[in-house]
Amino acid sequence: MKVDLRVNGEEITADVEDRMLLVHFLRDVADLTATNIGCDTTSCGACTVLLDGESVKSCTVLAAQAAGHEITTVEGLAAGGVMHPVQRAFHEQHGLQCGFCTPGMVMAVVSLLAENPHPTEDQVRTGLEGNLCRCTGYHNIVRAALAAAAAQEGQEVPA
Amino acid sequence: MIPSSFTYKRAGSAEDAAGLAAEYGEDAKYLAGGHSLLPLMKLRLAAPGVIIDLGGLRELCYITDQGSYVAIGALTRHHDVEHSGLLGRDLPLLAHAAGQVGDPQIRHRGTIGGSVAHADPASDLPAVLLTLDATLVARGAGGSREIPVRGFFRGLFETTLEPGELLTEIRVPKPAAGARGWSFRKFTQRAIDWAIVGVAVQGGQVSLVNMGGTPLRAAAVEAALAGGAPPADAAAYAAEGTSAPADIRASREYREHLARVLTSRALTEAAARS
Repeated sequence: MKVDLRVNGEEITADVEDRMLLVHFLRDVADLTATNIGCDTTSCGACTVLLDGESVKSCTVLAAQAAGHEITTVEGLAAGGVMHPVQRAFHEQHGLQCGFCTPGMVMAVVSLLAENPHPTEDQVRTGLEGNLCRCTGYHNIVRAALAAAAAQEGQEVPA
Repeated sequence: MIPSSFTYKRAGSAEDAAGLAAEYGEDAKYLAGGHSLLPLMKLRLAAPGVIIDLGGLRELCYITDQGSYVAIGALTRHHDVEHSGLLGRDLPLLAHAAGQVGDPQIRHRGTIGGSVAHADPASDLPAVLLTLDATLVARGAGGSREIPVRGFFRGLFETTLEPGELLTEIRVPKPAAGARGWSFRKFTQRAIDWAIVGVAVQGGQVSLVNMGGTPLRAAAVEAALAGGAPPADAAAYAAEGTSAPADIRASREYREHLARVLTSRALTEAAARS
């Protein structure tokens, strides 16, 4: 079937199998390989991307379901080569060890902060319950999320 | 893991969905958020020939105040149930429990109607709606009908919905004064797992998650409460009339123990909130 997706601001039209999963569309059709396939069972969150600005696990969404929607992957975060505040915070706080979970973690944090710009540490931990880090590097990931929230706050223009 | 081949159809309206279901018959399956069905299809435990995607039916995404009850469109996502101000005020049990389903990503996709129609006894919301005496509205070839949630669940993944019938709305009565205390407790191994056992309490009404082939009302607990028993005494009856499964995560005895412990805690919490 023909599907038409908007990925990181770009229209991508492709003829795919009806059963194609969004994560395979992103990796194999759109050639955006930052989004990883981890558990492939909706558990680990490595394949997290944004669908209309909200985090979803792309191993559990059909490409056909995403047609007509706006998809953002970690490749779409940095505008003009400048890191997104969440990416910068992961870099500065060393919010990664092996890095496999990182693209999904970053997207989950972007979604979390869009819904709750000033989370407590507890809210960050609960908000990331759908993302697993097999290196157990959670401490710095949480630190990065809090740092990103603080950095975004610093950028807010006072009313 | 890739599902076996199927034909994908996107429904443009509830009427369109019913038409597609009639056209493709028993080979077709409705897809709402897909967070129960797609994992089963990837494991090849389900292999429908035709998928009718309901995801575009914005007409079934709503939460409205109807006076004595709240009407929730079947395709309303867990995320929206969790954050509804109306539900937070009038049906906090439902709003809270929706926020305990899966994880944020799952709640961005999963829907209340999908959860109910899927009828997994380990799911949270079917038991919560059973506690709240909800009424379901389904649309079939012969028009719409109302189905009390009590009696709706017939067994594992089995409901009284007819083939092709589409769940459209869930009507949840607001608890009466004097029955406003509520609690939802579940025990899981990992944060995102299905409950090994869960319990939902609203006033004197109590339901259990994953203690049988369907969500169950804890009738013996309710009778003890009605007879004036304090929470800890009433909770001792929590495993009565249940048929808890034994699986890799827990034995039947362990589930029965958990049901009593969680019911006691939930009743105590509900009493404190009343």
